[in-house]
Amino acid sequence: MTTPHETNGHGAVSEPTVFGLLALFDDAEAMCEATRKASAAGYSRMDCYSPYPVGDAADALNFPKSEMGAVMFIGGITGACAGFFMQYYLNAYGYSLNVGGRPYNSWPSFIPITFEMMVLTTALSGFFGLMALCGLPRYHHPLFNCASFDRASRDGFFLCIEASDPNYNAATTRAFLESLHPVSVEEVPE
Amino acid sequence: MATAEHPGAPPADLPLEPEMHPLVLNKHGLVSIGDAIGGVVLNGQHPRGWWIGFLAGLAMLQILAISVVWLFYMGVGIWGINVPVAWGFAIVNFVWWIGIGHAGTLISAVLLLMHQKWRTSINRFAEAMTIFAVMCAGLFPLIHMGRPWFFYWLFPFPNVAGVWPQFRSPLTWDVFAVTTYFTVSLVFWYIGLIPDLAALRDQATKRWQRLVYGLLALGWRGSAIHWRRYEKVYLILGGISTPLVLSVHTVVSFDFAVSIVPLWHATIFPPFFVAGAIYSGFAMVVALALPIRRWYKLEDFFTDHHMDVCAKVMLATGFLVTYGYFSELWMAWYGHSLYEWGTTLERMFGPYGWSYWCLIGFNCAIPLTLLWSKRVRRSFWMLEFVCISVLIGMWFERYVIVITLSREYIPATWGRYSPTIWDYATMIGSMGLFLTLFFLFIRYMPMISITEMRELLPKKQGGGGGHSIMENAP
Repeated sequence: MTTPHETNGHGAVSEPTVFGLLALFDDAEAMCEATRKASAAGYSRMDCYSPYPVGDAADALNFPKSEMGAVMFIGGITGACAGFFMQYYLNAYGYSLNVGGRPYNSWPSFIPITFEMMVLTTALSGFFGLMALCGLPRYHHPLFNCASFDRASRDGFFLCIEASDPNYNAATTRAFLESLHPVSVEEVPE
Repeated sequence: MATAEHPGAPPADLPLEPEMHPLVLNKHGLVSIGDAIGGVVLNGQHPRGWWIGFLAGLAMLQILAISVVWLFYMGVGIWGINVPVAWGFAIVNFVWWIGIGHAGTLISAVLLLMHQKWRTSINRFAEAMTIFAVMCAGLFPLIHMGRPWFFYWLFPFPNVAGVWPQFRSPLTWDVFAVTTYFTVSLVFWYIGLIPDLAALRDQATKRWQRLVYGLLALGWRGSAIHWRRYEKVYLILGGISTPLVLSVHTVVSFDFAVSIVPLWHATIFPPFFVAGAIYSGFAMVVALALPIRRWYKLEDFFTDHHMDVCAKVMLATGFLVTYGYFSELWMAWYGHSLYEWGTTLERMFGPYGWSYWCLIGFNCAIPLTLLWSKRVRRSFWMLEFVCISVLIGMWFERYVIVITLSREYIPATWGRYSPTIWDYATMIGSMGLFLTLFFLFIRYMPMISITEMRELLPKKQGGGGGHSIMENAP
């Protein structure tokens, strides 16, 4: 799945020196409101940054539903099937032991491990899926070039319109962001 | 959900459910939460209590090292195990530790799904406790094996002999259950830590701290898109950890219940074991939280209300466990099985009868009379006393169960069991491992979730108004 939000800096070929414009807001409400306005103004390549999850911001960025449910569901089903068939094959064919005359395919006894394998693969697919879709781990990102961006993990609520956006223009985009009453607007060097 | 944000809905600062007790005291803001919790890690100022706990743990860890080296040199004969009591302390401690671990998952997963917001300040702490308790638990079956260097034979792996595990055995289920439990707990804990590690990275002033926490934070930058995925993963992990925690202790109880030993072969074992696990786990959480919140002055986050609620959970699970003891007794009498009733009488009045009455005293009599009182639930020493009583009582519960092996069907196979000094040394050593890891954790990792505490703050203090994770994770 491709998302327009995952530019990761690679999309900024047209403007090699600037990643985008970063506006800082006082609270989550102001950030969401600004994002809705930016979206209405036709910007699409942008993202919000906040110290805790703000669901409205993701909605305003047109990302209403994440892919993680599907990823983890597929991971879990795969693990459950693999777990069951591993036991079935190994105990019925690979090394068939007659234990008290019970059938080789004693499927009820295979349920606990099937379940455990499902949980294990769901959790691992969740972690690795999250990392892969978010493009993490990542050693550096242009946003970290801004000193004020430290506040994204403290008390800052940011909206960044990226230079790769088709509507981006250093002057007009800055003027647009200024009109949203941010605390500050700064350019993010690449 | 999230109706408060939408037009036509009630104003945003009107809480969806009335909060009777503030979960964050003293008018904190976003920054002061980070300073209070992250400061513990970053400033390196540690109270005397930390050093006492850590050094005591480290000293006990040396006992573990010595006893394990001696065990590997001599073999399991240094323990008191014999036939018929082939399980002994190793299994008692295994079940005890893994039971303690269960409270962490319960707090972080089950209470998350049930919208219990008070879980937020204790979940990180309890999850770390889970991981370390499972490590201690996993140690015992491994060193009990006799030839621990062949531990990988437990797993299905291709080998020249063409031999594969027997998947109809609960002992094989146990291997999968415990390794899955450990891995999933670790993933759950680490995913919860990522945003906090990023917060520490940005807050740190020392270069090594920025580097280490920066690497561990995996480049997290708090993007709204990432948050949405993150919350979904967290929610689903909560959803699957809930049945997982029940399944793990159920499988542990199957180790006993699938056998035909009288009083082990009982359908009540799985729920009875799970209730006991939660009971001892909450006791451990409270026993550790009480002194730590005092040493680190974190009473704003671990409030008296939190301790009170945990104590109430202990009261409820204590009654479930007591019901289990009663049910065992009743079924043995009512079932008219000579062996069940005979073993029950041996358990209560036989050579190990003292351990049964210790169990009833520490697990039922003391906690279930004292915990009714709000004064006890809010008093440091009384609550600490009750928690330690529960931890001792739950240890005796597993001892009583395992010692049943000494007298079962044929009197000719009866025997006695007495632990040796190495049994005690290994047990104390495992506590040392737990304490050492735990005190290192509170030294180097934020022991309360900074991110979730910020979400818990009311909106007018800059927080997320205590939103529930379901709202942000479609």
